[in-house]
Amino acid sequence: MATENIRNFCIIAHIDHGKSTLADRILEKTYTVAERDMEEQLLDNMDIERERGITIKARAVRLNYKAQDGNEYIFNLIDTPGHVDFNYEVSRSLAACEGAILVVDASQGIEAQTLANTYLAIEHDLEVVPVVNKIDLPSADPERVCEEIENVIGIPAMDAPRISAKAGINIEEVLEKIVSDIPSPPDTADMPLKALIFDSYYDAYKGVIIYVRIKDGTVKVGDTIRLMATGSEFTVVEAGYMDAVNHINKGSLSAGEVGYISASIKSIGDTQVGDTVTNAENPCDEPLPGYRKVNPMVYSGIYPADGAKYEDLREALEKLQLNDASLSYEPETSIALGFGFRCGFLGLLHMEIIQERLEREYNLDLITTAPSVIYKVTLTNGETQFIDNPTNFPDPGLIASAEEPMVKAEVLAPSDFVGNIMELCQERRGVFKDMKYLDETRVSLHYELPLNEIVYDFFDALKSRTKGYASFDYEMLGYAPSKLVKLDILLNGDIVDALSFIVHADRAYSRGRKMVEKLKENIPRQLFEVPIQAAIGGKIIARETVKAMRKDVLAKCYGGDITRKRKLLEKQKEGKKRMRQLGTVEVPQEAFMSVLKLDE
Amino acid sequence: MTGIYIHVPFCARKCPYCDFYSCSYTLKSAEEYKNAVIRNIEVLPNIDADTVYFGGGTPSLIPSDFIAEILDALDKRLNLSKPEITIEVNPCTVTADKLKAYKRAGLNRLSFGVQSGNNEELEFLGRKHTFEKAAETIEQAVDARFENISCDLMIGVKGQTTEKLEQSISQITALPVTHISLYILKIEENTPFGRNNTEKLLPDDDQTAQLYLCSVRMLENAGFKQYEISNFSREGYRSRHNLKYWNCEEYIGIGPSAHSYYNGRRYYTPESLESFCSDPVQQKVYEEYQAGTDEEKIMLGLRLTDGICPDDYPAFKQKILKKAENYCAHGLGVFKNGILRLTPEGFLVSNSIISDII
Repeated sequence: MATENIRNFCIIAHIDHGKSTLADRILEKTYTVAERDMEEQLLDNMDIERERGITIKARAVRLNYKAQDGNEYIFNLIDTPGHVDFNYEVSRSLAACEGAILVVDASQGIEAQTLANTYLAIEHDLEVVPVVNKIDLPSADPERVCEEIENVIGIPAMDAPRISAKAGINIEEVLEKIVSDIPSPPDTADMPLKALIFDSYYDAYKGVIIYVRIKDGTVKVGDTIRLMATGSEFTVVEAGYMDAVNHINKGSLSAGEVGYISASIKSIGDTQVGDTVTNAENPCDEPLPGYRKVNPMVYSGIYPADGAKYEDLREALEKLQLNDASLSYEPETSIALGFGFRCGFLGLLHMEIIQERLEREYNLDLITTAPSVIYKVTLTNGETQFIDNPTNFPDPGLIASAEEPMVKAEVLAPSDFVGNIMELCQERRGVFKDMKYLDETRVSLHYELPLNEIVYDFFDALKSRTKGYASFDYEMLGYAPSKLVKLDILLNGDIVDALSFIVHADRAYSRGRKMVEKLKENIPRQLFEVPIQAAIGGKIIARETVKAMRKDVLAKCYGGDITRKRKLLEKQKEGKKRMRQLGTVEVPQEAFMSVLKLDE
Repeated sequence: MTGIYIHVPFCARKCPYCDFYSCSYTLKSAEEYKNAVIRNIEVLPNIDADTVYFGGGTPSLIPSDFIAEILDALDKRLNLSKPEITIEVNPCTVTADKLKAYKRAGLNRLSFGVQSGNNEELEFLGRKHTFEKAAETIEQAVDARFENISCDLMIGVKGQTTEKLEQSISQITALPVTHISLYILKIEENTPFGRNNTEKLLPDDDQTAQLYLCSVRMLENAGFKQYEISNFSREGYRSRHNLKYWNCEEYIGIGPSAHSYYNGRRYYTPESLESFCSDPVQQKVYEEYQAGTDEEKIMLGLRLTDGICPDDYPAFKQKILKKAENYCAHGLGVFKNGILRLTPEGFLVSNSIISDII
C-alpha cells in the first residue's frame, strides 16, 4: 500500500479543552463508527477516564477519509495520555506519529500541560496543526488565542481552523488540514522490521496485545518477532488494525502503518512501551532511540481497610499490573495498618487512578499512607540507601548526608494570581527561576521545587489559590542535598508507623502542627482522653488532645423493645470494625486519609 | 414469673419528640381495642404473673371501666400473685374520680408524665399540662390512696440550665412520689422535632452530661436511689415490671407495637390498631436473633447499679476484667466483690462501654 495516503497523528489538548469530543467528531465524519455504536467519547474506554474527562491509556484507531482532492486517505489517530505522570508514554505515542493536532480552548487559551506536550511534539519533529475549539462559547476569543499560540509556541496559527467539536462546526476543515499539513510516513517497507511499541494491554484470551507503529519493514502472521530490550521472541498470531470497535486482523502490517500485534505474549513485563520490535531472522541493526525503563517516582502504602481482604488486594494489584507495567508493588507490614503493599507510581495522578480503580473495579476499601518520594541517604559508613518508606529512614546519628529529588515546575495562570502562586511556591521551598508574560494577562512561572513538596496536595492548593485557573506541569531534575528529618506521630504515647513521614527540618514544625490538628478533627471522642503528639527523634514538637467522650447512652423509655437497643449496639460495633485499634485508641480510616490533604 | 405489658395506642395529640406508635382516640375504637385485648388475654397460657403495666400512648385516655374489664380478664386467666399493676397517666386526662376508679379496679402504681417542673420546658415539649396541674393531680392520686407514684422527668431540653434543673428537681421531689424516671431527650427522625432540626437548639453532649450528673446527685440527696441508668426510687419502690426487662425475665406484650419475651423468643405485634382489632389473635413477628444470650444479659445488666458478675460469663470474663481495670481507673466503673458496676459517669457512656465488651 502506498504510504503517501497515510496520516499518523495524535491530539494534544489540556483537560476539558475538547480532545475526546474532537476525536468523536472525526470518527463520525469518517464513518468509522456506525451510529448505533456511537458512545460518547469512544476513545476513552475506562469509566474513570470518562468521569475525569482524561485519557489514561493510549489507543489507536484507523479511519478512512475521502478528501476534497478525491483521494482516499488512511488516518491513524493515536490517543495520548494528557498528564505529566505519563510523560514518557506521551513521548512514545508522539514518536509513532508524523503530526499532532493541538486543540486549544478559544476562551481559556494555552495551559501548562498543553505547552509541555506541544514542546514534546516539536522535539519529536512532529508537524503541529493548531485548532481553536469551543468557538461557540460566548467567552470565546479565537483571535487572541491564535495570537497566543504564535507568541508562546512560535508556530503560525492565524489560519488555524476555528471549530466547535461539540456543535460539529468546521470539523471538515480539520480533516483537510490533516491531509495537507501532516507529512506522510516514508515508504521503507523493504528494510528489516523496526516497529515502535507505544502501548500494550492484556487480553484474557489472546495474551498481551501490543500497539505498534511500523517504522521500517513488514510484519506478518507466522513471523518470529524479537522484542529488543528484553530479547524475548514470539510468533505472530495476528497483525492488523483497530477500527473504533474491533480489532481487524489483516495478516500483516507494513512501514508507515499503525496497528496491533498479538503473539501469545504472557506477561506485560515483556512488552515495554518504547521498545523496538524486529524480525528474529532478519533483525534491524539497532533499536529505535528513546527507550527507557519506567521507574516509579512516588511510593505509598496501600492497605485493605478490612485486614481479611489482603489476598483480594493482592489479586487486584496483580490484575492491574497485567495492564500497567509502570505499577510496582511489594508486600509490607505496618504495626498500625497490618498487612498491605508498598506501591510505586509514576506520579500523583497515577497513584490516584490506581487507588480509585482498586476501590471501584475491585470493590476494595483502602487505607493509603501519605505518598513518599525516594530519598537518597548516605550513611556515615559510606553506604548509600534509597528510602521509599519513612519507617526505614535511618537514625539521624547514622546519616552523613541526605538528598531529595527536585523537579522543574511550570505554572501558567492569569497574572492576577502571581502573588498567590509565588507565596505557595515559597511555602513549598521553591526556588524561583523566571517569569514570562504569555500575553498581557497570562504568565508562566518557573520554579525548582522539591518533589516531596508537591506530592501531597500541591495541585489542590494551587487550584484553590488561583480560583482553579492555574495549570501546572513538572519534570524531574535529579537529587539535591537537603536537611531532612523523620517526623513521628504518637497517639496516647505510641508511635503510629503509618503516619510517620520525612520532611525538611524547616517545615517540620508547621507540618507536625497541622497533622495533629487534622487528626484531632478526625479522631472521634473516646472513653478516655487521647493525646496526639508530633515528635522528631523523641522530641515533642506539637500536641493536641481529643477530649474524653461524655455522653453515649440510651436513657429513654423503650418499654420492652430490647431489639432496638441491640440494633443500636450492633451498629456501634459495626462502626468499630471500620476503626483501627491502635493500642487503646480507635482510629477511623478517614483520619489516615485526612492527613494527606493538609492545605485547606 | 412473667410480666404483662398492655400497649394502649391512643393519644389526644402526639408529643413532638415521641416516636411510639399511637392513634387518635374515639370511644368506639377504644372499645374495639379493649375487646381485642380481652380476646388476646383469653388465649394466654395459664401462667404465673406478678406485674401488669399499661403503657402507651396514653392509657389514661380510655375509660377506667375498660381498664377494669381488662384487669378482670387477666385475673381470670392468669395466676396473679401480689401483682404490681401500673398505668401511665397524663396529668390532663384524669380526674379525682377516675383515679379512685383506678384504685377500685386494682391498679396500685401510677406513672405520671410530669416531665418538668418548669412550664417553659413543658411548653417546648408540647405538653398540655403545667407543673401546677401535674402536682394537683398527684395530690388527687394520694387522696385516692395511691402510695406508689412515679414521675417522668426529661433532661436535655432546650434552654435547660443546671439552675433550672435543680429547681425543677426540688419541686418534683417535694411531691409525694416514690419513684422517678429520668430520661434524656433524644431526637428521633420521624418526629416533628426530628423534622424541624430541633437538635441544634438542645444542650450539647457535654452540657447534657453535666445535667445528668447533676440530676443523679440531686435525686440521691432527696432520697431517690439510682438503680438503673434512667430510674431512681425510694427504698423498696423499684419498678418490678421494668426490672424484668433489664434482668432478662419474661414478659408478654398485648397491643399494637407491644414487645414480648416469652419462651426464649423475642417478638412484637405490628404497629396497626386496625389489624390488632380485626385479627382474632394478635400477630407475632419473631426476632431472628437468639435472645437471652450472655451478650444480652451483659448489655442489660450493665444498665443496673447492681452491675454484672464477670464470673457468670466465662466467655467474656477475661475481656471484661481487662477492660474493667481501665474503666475503673478513669472513674467509669467500680469493681468490687467480683461485681462490675458502672458509675453515673460510666452510665453516660454505657453504649460505648457495652459495645466495647460484647
